[in-house]
Amino acid sequence: MTATPTPAAAESADLQIEEETTAIARKRHNEAKAAERKLGLLLVSPAVVIMLAVTAYPVLYAIWLSLNKADLRRPNDNHFIWFSNYVTVLSSPIWWTAFGVTALITVVSAAFELALGMILAIIMHRTIVGRGLVRTSALVPYAIVTVVAAFSWRFAWTQDLGWLAPKGSAPLTSFWPSIGIIILAEIWKTIPFMALLLMAGLALVPEDLLKAASMDGASAWKRFWMVTVPLIKPAILVALLFRTLDAFRIFDNIFILTSGSNNTSSVSMVTYSNLIRGLNLGIGSAMSVLIFITTGIIAFAFIKLFGAAAPGADPGGRR
Amino acid sequence: MAEIVLEHVVKRYPDGALAVDDFNLDIADGEFIILVGPSGCGKSTTLNMVAGLEDITAGKLIIDGQVVNDKAPKDRDIAMVFQSYALYPHMTVRENMGFPLRLAGMDKQTIRQKVDEAAELLELTQHLDRKPANLSGGQRQRVAMGRAIVRQPKAFLMDEPLSNLDAKLRVQMRTQISRIQKSLGTTTLYVTHDQTEAMTLGDRVVVMRAGVVQQVGTPAHLYAHPSNLFVAGFIGSPSMNFLPGQLKGGGTVVTALGEAQLPDRSRRALDGASGDREVIVGIRPEHFEDASVVGDKPGATFDAPIDIVEAMGSDVYAYFTVKGEGASSAELDELAKDTGNDLHGTGLSITARLDAASGVRRNSTAKLWYDTAKLHLFDASTGKNLLEAN
Amino acid sequence: MQPATTNRKLMWWGINILVLLYAFVPVFWLLSLSLKNAETLNDGNYFPTHPTGASYQAIFQNDDFVRSLINSIGICLISTLVAIVIGTMCAYAIARLQFPGKAAILAMALLVSMFPQIALVTPLFKIETAIGLFDTWPGLIIPYITFALPLAIYTLSAFFREIPWDLEKAAKMDGATPYQAFRQVITPLAMPGVFTTAILVFIACWNDFLFALSLTSTSNARTVPAAMSYFTGATTFEKPTGPIAAAAIVITIPIVLFVLVFQRRIVAGLTSGAVKG
Repeated sequence: MTATPTPAAAESADLQIEEETTAIARKRHNEAKAAERKLGLLLVSPAVVIMLAVTAYPVLYAIWLSLNKADLRRPNDNHFIWFSNYVTVLSSPIWWTAFGVTALITVVSAAFELALGMILAIIMHRTIVGRGLVRTSALVPYAIVTVVAAFSWRFAWTQDLGWLAPKGSAPLTSFWPSIGIIILAEIWKTIPFMALLLMAGLALVPEDLLKAASMDGASAWKRFWMVTVPLIKPAILVALLFRTLDAFRIFDNIFILTSGSNNTSSVSMVTYSNLIRGLNLGIGSAMSVLIFITTGIIAFAFIKLFGAAAPGADPGGRR
Repeated sequence: MAEIVLEHVVKRYPDGALAVDDFNLDIADGEFIILVGPSGCGKSTTLNMVAGLEDITAGKLIIDGQVVNDKAPKDRDIAMVFQSYALYPHMTVRENMGFPLRLAGMDKQTIRQKVDEAAELLELTQHLDRKPANLSGGQRQRVAMGRAIVRQPKAFLMDEPLSNLDAKLRVQMRTQISRIQKSLGTTTLYVTHDQTEAMTLGDRVVVMRAGVVQQVGTPAHLYAHPSNLFVAGFIGSPSMNFLPGQLKGGGTVVTALGEAQLPDRSRRALDGASGDREVIVGIRPEHFEDASVVGDKPGATFDAPIDIVEAMGSDVYAYFTVKGEGASSAELDELAKDTGNDLHGTGLSITARLDAASGVRRNSTAKLWYDTAKLHLFDASTGKNLLEAN
Repeated sequence: MQPATTNRKLMWWGINILVLLYAFVPVFWLLSLSLKNAETLNDGNYFPTHPTGASYQAIFQNDDFVRSLINSIGICLISTLVAIVIGTMCAYAIARLQFPGKAAILAMALLVSMFPQIALVTPLFKIETAIGLFDTWPGLIIPYITFALPLAIYTLSAFFREIPWDLEKAAKMDGATPYQAFRQVITPLAMPGVFTTAILVFIACWNDFLFALSLTSTSNARTVPAAMSYFTGATTFEKPTGPIAAAAIVITIPIVLFVLVFQRRIVAGLTSGAVKG
């Protein structure tokens, strides 16, 4: 490939040069690669060690505990009992009630959050006045401590004390009103998070595309459903996935609002009661493992059914 | 200021891919050298090797008599202007320009003075306290230049410094860069894919293709005496027309435009080539003319069915299509790919640049003349220019 | 954009006010509860008729609350600091270096961030009791760091990918040593991202309730959210509504300040790691 045609005699010499230079390039490259690899592994090791030590090991330990009879009130009666704890849990109406309550709260609140979060996202994205003010105030519910917000709602609905409580009734003492208030508290707290994720998606929709759609005769409503929504579908799915998993773990709000009375316990709440209040580590651990498995199924379903890409699933691949 | 010598420089990637092959060049002190070629030809790699940002696989890089292959960029004392300008967003214009001096440990007073001087030269004085984000593209480009100038390095390296500017500004900055380089007299190595920049800026131009130097020479020399099909097609705008043809004994060449008799000088250059052979004939657009305007200068005439006429004021561009297949060669295909021109119409499109006085009209047949003394003949298989003794 | 008409502006102001009401009504309700005096506490009014600072006096005279406030601040600051240092190292490697197992680390971080924390409560409780970390600062700091790390790694690596690393080359050409290039060019560009991430991590730690509740048993390490749920009045019959509201407001103040001052950055941070459709 030189400018001057190569005489046949020189070709073997050329080949040798080619091999030599390739070897040099490869050697330098490998040395640099090895150094980079070493530095990379060194830099990630603390994070990896901590995450493994605090999650992986305890999870294995929890699985082990769940296969044992482990009741702190009867410490001398600990022994391996296979899946008895799971049988106990899965045949207990308390668990299934809690599971139903959790699923209900998760589905209803995720649906409302998506709708209201989208509205808030559009407001934050489109407002022509006071954009900073709107964005700042929308962050307040996100940033506020969940327990604090839960107390605010609890007091608001407490008989006599609260500004929202109807005269002469105590909504937090019966099932359906309690569930409603729990969902309200959950939605209030997490709309902003949802809205921010969706807003980031909205920002990626090219303005020209919407203009083109309106030139093509699409109304605002149609533009939203036929242009914006398909384009921000990845953002919607990621936001929904996060929120669903998060809602399924619901604990703080229920603990403060009802303490799980009137069957309003979530799965996290009943697990907590068995562990800390009941000191039955075997049963509690079995519940922990079941929650863990359910979370995995939800995540798997999202990724498989809807093709939600986990954030960072392609690190730097797109750049 | 310095001489830069590249001796048998090779850049090979670990997968065996060859980026630059056997690059030889002596750059004289104060010379303005342009490296030009389509994207991926190895010109930026060469520049980065001189800068020290990429290592040299084999060969020697000598700056001022000293082999600097293994020196870090900071020890080579050369400045670089990046395509993206690479301005530090957190520093003001003054801090950006003073950064190399600060790193060199110069005292504040001197830095101030030198930055002020450079800013004056580049008309940046009133922007010194602004951040790059608040500057226009042209101003950013000048700051990048200023950062290179202040430290009075041995050489400037410029990696497509004008490609992010709009067309008008690019022309303006081109003359400014030329003026600055001439007044400072600093050795400059300038990479571009734009042949116009190459022609207007450089003392000498190095045309590269696929890692290999095709030709080195002054812009005028490259234009008049391209050593092969690639250089001929790359240099010049609008680019040279290529037609397949046969060279007959006795110095006659036959193309879709008809038969043409080569002048004596060309015949002499072809001496030794015997018998009929396939060639590619190159004619620059400006070597066509309206036959009625030419008078009786020696040359050949033919009838051209004009498709489109573009009156530019100073001259007229006429486009027409003649029958026959286009000239085909790997080099021409690569050029077409680089310009993004992958349209293959039927027939062979030709561009002619005619005198403004020409009366050619669209959709009519015109009698055109071409200068047989300016014809280029290329070997159809190797692409070498048959008229240039190498 | 066309010049906005007055009507459109008015409409948007109306919408904005709705957003403000949504965000602040529950917060101001707590504020007014904390300012109500004992007589009007149960009047069910949204606004206090006779504002008083008595509840605040009460909680700051309460050693348990003061102690829990110190715990909250100390534990969250230390957790944030450590998580940011470790997270920065990890995120730099992920954004900038090639090494095997990168995808596995990101997957692990994702898994941890989606992890049901309740599943860790038992084993952590057992382990921490066994090694004497139960009811201590490190006993909370370690899980906080763990759950802050995924957030830190994702957000930081998103920020680090945005840094124009070409500037490193420019700095080299300008005569900088690798250290100078890092210190004078890359660090100033990376700091805003690191700082933003620190705020997000701090908010996440500050918000924790489950670990604080399960891994502490005394005021030794109990943070404010957990302590609030244990509040009792001066007498068993007095409801601690006022003090709880006051405590809630106290731990809300730093958060609201963060949000007011760093709104832009928090928005950028929350959205950077998440949406790369």
